[in-house]
Amino acid sequence: MTAAAAPSRFRRPRRENDGDDSGVSARRWFTPWLLIAPGGLWLLIFFVVPLFSLGRLSLQDGGLSNYSTVISDNSTVIIRTFVYATISTLAAIIIGYPLAYVIATKGGKYKNLFLALVILPFFVTYLVRTLSWKILLFDNGPVVGILQSIGILNDNQGILGSPFAVVAALTYNFLPFMVLPIYVSLEKLDRRLLDAAADLYSSPARAFRKITLRLSLPGLFAGTLLTFIPAAGDFVNSELLGSDRTVMIGQIIEKNFGKEFFRPELSALSFMLMAMILVGVIVYARLLGTEEIA
Amino acid sequence: MTSPTAADLSAPVIEIDHVVKRFGEFVAVDDVDFSIGQGEFFSMLGPSGCGKTTTLRMIAGFEQPTSGAVRLDGVDVSKVPPNKRDVNTVFQQYALFPHMNVFDNVAFGPQSKKVDKTTIKKRVTEMLEVVRLTEFASRRPAQLSGGQQQRVALARALVNLPKALLLDEPLGALDLKLRHAMQFELKRIQREVGITFVYVTHDQEEALTMSDRIAVMSDGRVEQIGTPAEIYDNPASVFVAGFIGQANLWPATVTEHTAGTARVSALGGASLCGSCGDSTLTVGSEVTLMVRPERIAISLAQPTSQTGSDQSVSATVSDLAFQGPIVRLALEAADGSPIIANVDPDADLPLLRPGDSVWASWTQSAACVLPSVPNQQPQSLED
Repeated sequence: MTAAAAPSRFRRPRRENDGDDSGVSARRWFTPWLLIAPGGLWLLIFFVVPLFSLGRLSLQDGGLSNYSTVISDNSTVIIRTFVYATISTLAAIIIGYPLAYVIATKGGKYKNLFLALVILPFFVTYLVRTLSWKILLFDNGPVVGILQSIGILNDNQGILGSPFAVVAALTYNFLPFMVLPIYVSLEKLDRRLLDAAADLYSSPARAFRKITLRLSLPGLFAGTLLTFIPAAGDFVNSELLGSDRTVMIGQIIEKNFGKEFFRPELSALSFMLMAMILVGVIVYARLLGTEEIA
Repeated sequence: MTSPTAADLSAPVIEIDHVVKRFGEFVAVDDVDFSIGQGEFFSMLGPSGCGKTTTLRMIAGFEQPTSGAVRLDGVDVSKVPPNKRDVNTVFQQYALFPHMNVFDNVAFGPQSKKVDKTTIKKRVTEMLEVVRLTEFASRRPAQLSGGQQQRVALARALVNLPKALLLDEPLGALDLKLRHAMQFELKRIQREVGITFVYVTHDQEEALTMSDRIAVMSDGRVEQIGTPAEIYDNPASVFVAGFIGQANLWPATVTEHTAGTARVSALGGASLCGSCGDSTLTVGSEVTLMVRPERIAISLAQPTSQTGSDQSVSATVSDLAFQGPIVRLALEAADGSPIIANVDPDADLPLLRPGDSVWASWTQSAACVLPSVPNQQPQSLED
């Protein structure tokens, strides 16, 4: 939509002697399109075209029945994937929102230091970060030891391989994606609005609900998307920290694509994952109220 | 104008009782002490950093006094948070809630107080009528002009019928023409709702136009409190005289001091009289003689006592400027001190040129003897 509106916005008001420089005005009209061309071509060649061929592949052999087959074959995995992604997103909100709030409102001159600490894990590869959790959650490791000694886990129980390990690692890995957008929306919040709310008889709790939370919804929305979407498609955390009981869609696709590249059912499964995430996002946007996001 | 000259202070709405506010080492408000009466339009006037906004924020509850007390209707509210105080604020940049439309912005206060829905709808609708924004009820603040946003801020505060409305430079963001229109609008609304207004501004014209009483503040202290006319005609200090309107401020020495008046020597030895409120002055005190430019008359011959202008000095014209309703004359006294006089262009005067010798005169009641020496020279014609 921005691209379509752009050419007219770039055009300057017509002057009286504009008649003879049609070459100039044509160039002005063309410039915005020229600017988006590299990105557009990139998307076309490396996203739209593969997506299209993947879609066509998913309809080969069995046609639409490929989809019903993959759904019935993988129903447990599909549900599990979305439950894991949802729980880890919620956990990221519960941990991330207060964190972002404190940094934005109470951080003072240490704001940037705190933000750097939030981003710090990104300096280590995703794979290594996840592997380090394996050391942390190892059966003879410190976490299990402590939980066993205070009686939360039985002596023969571990964490590795459990749904908890996978969800916790998913939460950990995508937490910065939640914190940063929320931080940005809270950081630009005008503190005088909270003065105004207090002046108009609002308790701090009501002011938070009516002002702070409402005005940080765009950040919360962005954070949720940035957490939920990669979490739903993830195949690393369950692979490294989970077990047979924690298999996610991403793992199935990743495992089989290497061997049987041209299997229509796999394409159908990929497509379905994408479609379900899309539907989830739309429902979520509706629930949150689209006009607040825009 | 029917503005009361003296407010009824027997049962004040707001009492600022010897309030001090410190931020670390910095004393923002230094022993400020005054009361504001019911229905009064009270202004706190002063340059930025004089403590007027801090005082207002202490009345609103955003700041707590370091010492002293703020009382609303006789009750000490110094430690009461803003949401539990029955006053409302119109903020400098309005602070309208950007995600709510005009109606919801105005309804915010009553909703917090859990007023029932039908009453809220009725009161908000009424208030939008008072500020003439009925047809904008469903607009967002971003879709309104500055003047309209300002009226939303006003309605949002007034709909709660507070004990006092606190206004923090509310017209500062508007252009000059709109500001003048809003000054009258504010007065009209204040008369209509009958609520006490406490108004903070650095614009002396705004304060003079609207206020029943003005507190002139400087460096965290109140320099003078009075009606606009009192403050203009009888400033208590050199600061007040220089801050409100234009003033000739001449260094002088007291030669004679009786109750209410003082005779001084100024402008190169001329013996002049002026009213004097400070009884601590003694003969020999270094003081300031103040005369407003529009109170000075110009003549070619030395005025006699019959003309009424009993104070006169000879001077030389150094410059003159036609300014529409007035002619502004810059004169030089015998000792070189500048004298500014605003003269009626229709005055019975021959054409004056720089270098002409004239007499500048005024009545004794137009002159004030102020303690301390002037810290600023009267403005020259260039500004």
